[in-house]
Amino acid sequence: MDLDPVLLARIQFAFTVSFHIIFPSFTIGLAAFIATLLVRWQMTGRDHLYRLARFWTKIFAVSFAMGVVSGIVLSYQFGTNWSKFSDVTGNVIGPLIGYEVLTAFFLEATFLGVMLFGWDKVPAKLHVTAAILVAVGTSLSAFWILSANSWMHTPTGHGIKDGIAYPVDWLKIIFNPSFPYRFAHMFTAAYLTTSVVIAAVGARYLLANTFHEEAKTMMRMGLGMIALLAPLQLVIGDMHGLNTAKYQPAKVAAMEAHWDGAKPADLVLFAIPNEIEERNDYEVAIPNLASFIITHDTQGLFPGLKDFAPQDRPPVKPVFYAFRAMVGIGMALIAIGLVGVFLWFTGRLFQARWFLKPLSYTWPLGFIAILAGWWVTETGRQPWLVTGLLRTVDAISPVSAGAVLTSLILFVLVYSSVFSMGIYYINRLIEKGPLGAATDIDAGLPSRPLSAATKATHDAIEIKR
Amino acid sequence: MEDITYWLPLVWAALLATAVALYIVLDGFDLGLGILFPLAPEETRRDTMMNTVAPFWDGNETWLILGGGGLFVAFPKAYSIIMPAIYIPMIVMLLALVFRGVAFEFRWVSKPRHGVWDLAFLGGSIVASFSQGVILGALLQGIAVENGAYAGGSFDWLTPFALFCGLCVVIGYALLGATWLIMKTEGDTAEWARKLATPLLFAMLACLVVVSLWTPLTLPRIAERWFSWPNLFWLSPIPLLTAFAAFRCWVGLESLNKRSDITPFIWSIVLFMLCYVGLMISNVPYLIPPTLTVWDLAGHPSAQLFSLVGALIMLPVILGYTVFVYWTFRGKLKPGEGYH
Ligand code: HDD
Ligand code: HEM
Ligand code: HEM
Repeated sequence: MDLDPVLLARIQFAFTVSFHIIFPSFTIGLAAFIATLLVRWQMTGRDHLYRLARFWTKIFAVSFAMGVVSGIVLSYQFGTNWSKFSDVTGNVIGPLIGYEVLTAFFLEATFLGVMLFGWDKVPAKLHVTAAILVAVGTSLSAFWILSANSWMHTPTGHGIKDGIAYPVDWLKIIFNPSFPYRFAHMFTAAYLTTSVVIAAVGARYLLANTFHEEAKTMMRMGLGMIALLAPLQLVIGDMHGLNTAKYQPAKVAAMEAHWDGAKPADLVLFAIPNEIEERNDYEVAIPNLASFIITHDTQGLFPGLKDFAPQDRPPVKPVFYAFRAMVGIGMALIAIGLVGVFLWFTGRLFQARWFLKPLSYTWPLGFIAILAGWWVTETGRQPWLVTGLLRTVDAISPVSAGAVLTSLILFVLVYSSVFSMGIYYINRLIEKGPLGAATDIDAGLPSRPLSAATKATHDAIEIKR
Repeated sequence: MEDITYWLPLVWAALLATAVALYIVLDGFDLGLGILFPLAPEETRRDTMMNTVAPFWDGNETWLILGGGGLFVAFPKAYSIIMPAIYIPMIVMLLALVFRGVAFEFRWVSKPRHGVWDLAFLGGSIVASFSQGVILGALLQGIAVENGAYAGGSFDWLTPFALFCGLCVVIGYALLGATWLIMKTEGDTAEWARKLATPLLFAMLACLVVVSLWTPLTLPRIAERWFSWPNLFWLSPIPLLTAFAAFRCWVGLESLNKRSDITPFIWSIVLFMLCYVGLMISNVPYLIPPTLTVWDLAGHPSAQLFSLVGALIMLPVILGYTVFVYWTFRGKLKPGEGYH
């Protein structure tokens, strides 16, 4: 059997990075949420805010650990699987990742210790500060890694010598053309994803008739954020797409499954792109709408897939479908935000079971949209790894297909077992709910010292956290 | 320009060496705790052991990212040659770190059914430490390079020497872990750790002696470095200091009137650092022995300079808040007390 190491390495990277991004998407938003809760608690002294912060911090810890270990794997993968990539782009990408480690990773990893374990050990002000620093760290981390990633999509500010890229203008490299859009879009995506989870958990408690005070706060904060961010995300996403149309026209053609650049494009709602015959089967489309979105003119033209040689086109199907999944979810979230805020302002939110019930199941939506979005972006960049500079096939390490296959199998086995356990534990924590809340009969004050008398040590240990 | 291309790679090599040294010490002791886990079947003792490092492990592991990241930043060529060469031990180490890292959190949230995460923690720690030793051994024995790319097979790293280095690192980390526990715990656990530390110290010394003989005997360039005149004279303090450090460590552990809770940890760190310096001396200025020097592999000066500015500003800040966090959680952990 002939195995292709490039294909295996691509699958491996796609698999490991897709697992990784699930956790950052959640921790970036959650860190900010917890910091907000703590600041509000400091200002108002309302206990349930403290209980909520403490509750989400436990979940945060579990998610963060998974983010860290899956991230370490990734940074080393640049060398193990894509050594030619490291060689060719190291002078440009390396320092960006270096800055990420120096300004972000150390900050979040170190103050995480204080945030998780400092509850009764350090003054409250310092603890709040630690939580804020962790939130800042996660955002800085996103800043640098997205800059590196955006440079791969729209490289600027570099020169080439002997086939190796070298930096010429750092500001141009960091703030490359797609970076502002990608950063804004991803950042909003992370906050949105977290807000959906929080609102869904709030709905779950209301339906189960427990933790009322906490649940209401979660619903208000979660839904408020969704109502604000979901429409904003549509606007940012639109601008992002316009930027892509300018710099990566082949990607946009694949996103819209637009074959013939000589004609205005319809907005394809559904179709099965047929890459052999270069057309769409079973197409359902709104005439000229895609042209209007991208060129702001119903008769406007933009390049179609046929304008690119077949070896320069990205795979159409995954890009096309993933894009529809993301935008579809975006629209759904806008609707959820609108309905939720309407119910809230008319005072019916906490009784509307017909709304709470589906809401409690929406928690995965943000994650799915984020994954779909990344698949659009990254698969749409193919066959390039760095647009116009380095093709994916040329970036591979001199390692045997057997070694890549073996490690791929190991990653699949380990990740699916370890991380699904993690998600199971998070769900269990959510089921237990915030300790010390009103429905919890055995509750004590949050700062109650540990005593051997309380239940089993296990529970005591949990309260402490 | 001439000057800067000479100095920058040296400065970066020194920075990287420092990052790796910090990693070895900091993650060394918390990996060591996992290595000692099989010897501590009691749940409460394991809880205590985990709790002594719970607030720190993530920060400690970040030095590993800086080590790898730093190589990528300053010597991308070296990164692209070394990583494929050590592909298998590297992947094994990463997977082991996955198990170990999540165990820190999962172990608490899965109680009382945490047995599998105990296993993940000890297995992950042992395998990760062993792989690190194997990687070290593989680098020492040399990597096949042709046309600026790795030119060997998937299993070139697999030699008795590399495996022995793996064992040495496991023993060494266990020593750091045991002396850390003496410092951070009291009562039973501290006594227990003290009992383990002495044999570990001797085992570590035995490893040291074997590696010190093995490398010059099989690698002429290392024999040349140490045993030619006047190097022999200038380098003689290293083995002497090593013997002294080992002696002081032993005194702190065993002596009746000089018995201490802190000095064994300090001196075992010194011992580790002396081994590390010895390895550096054996290999300077090669980054990929025996062929490529730090200058051959240096990244573009502009890349090195840009990152150096960041490193010089940020590293003191990082060290500052790292010390602050260790200070915040200073002192001994009382039995039964936990941060969790
Ligand atoms: C938009 C944000 C984002 C994206 C696109 C990525 N990461 Fe990430 N990463 C984070 C946001 C983040 C974070 C928020 O900083 C994490 C997640 C949870 C956490 O523990 O820190 C993290 C952790 C994390 C760590 C451990 C850091 C630590 O010890 O704290 C490493 C080494 C990486 N990542 C590396 C990568 C690489 C090589 C990526 C791309 C291929 C990548 N990340 C994509
Ligand atoms: C975290 C969110 C991300 C996700 C979900 C993601 C997803 C993917 C996917 C699906 C692929 C495979 C594409 C294909 O081969 O068809 C891929 C490839 C790749 N991505 Fe990303 N990506 C992410 C972020 C990043 C970042 C931040 C970087 C670099 C700084 C990066 C670098 C790469 C590299 C080197 C490859 C392998 C080569 C290739 O197949 O193009 N990715 N990614
Ligand atoms: C509502 C309408 C939305 C539009 C019009 C939109 C638009 C886009 C476009 C055009 C891209 C591709 C960027 C490229 O060319 O590389 C993209 C990527 C992405 N989208 Fe969306 N998006 C929307 C909603 C969402 C939502 C709701 C989420 C998640 C909660 C999301 C998360 C992402 C992510 C993570 C990426 C990949 C990173 C990036 O390139 O920014 N998007 N989006």
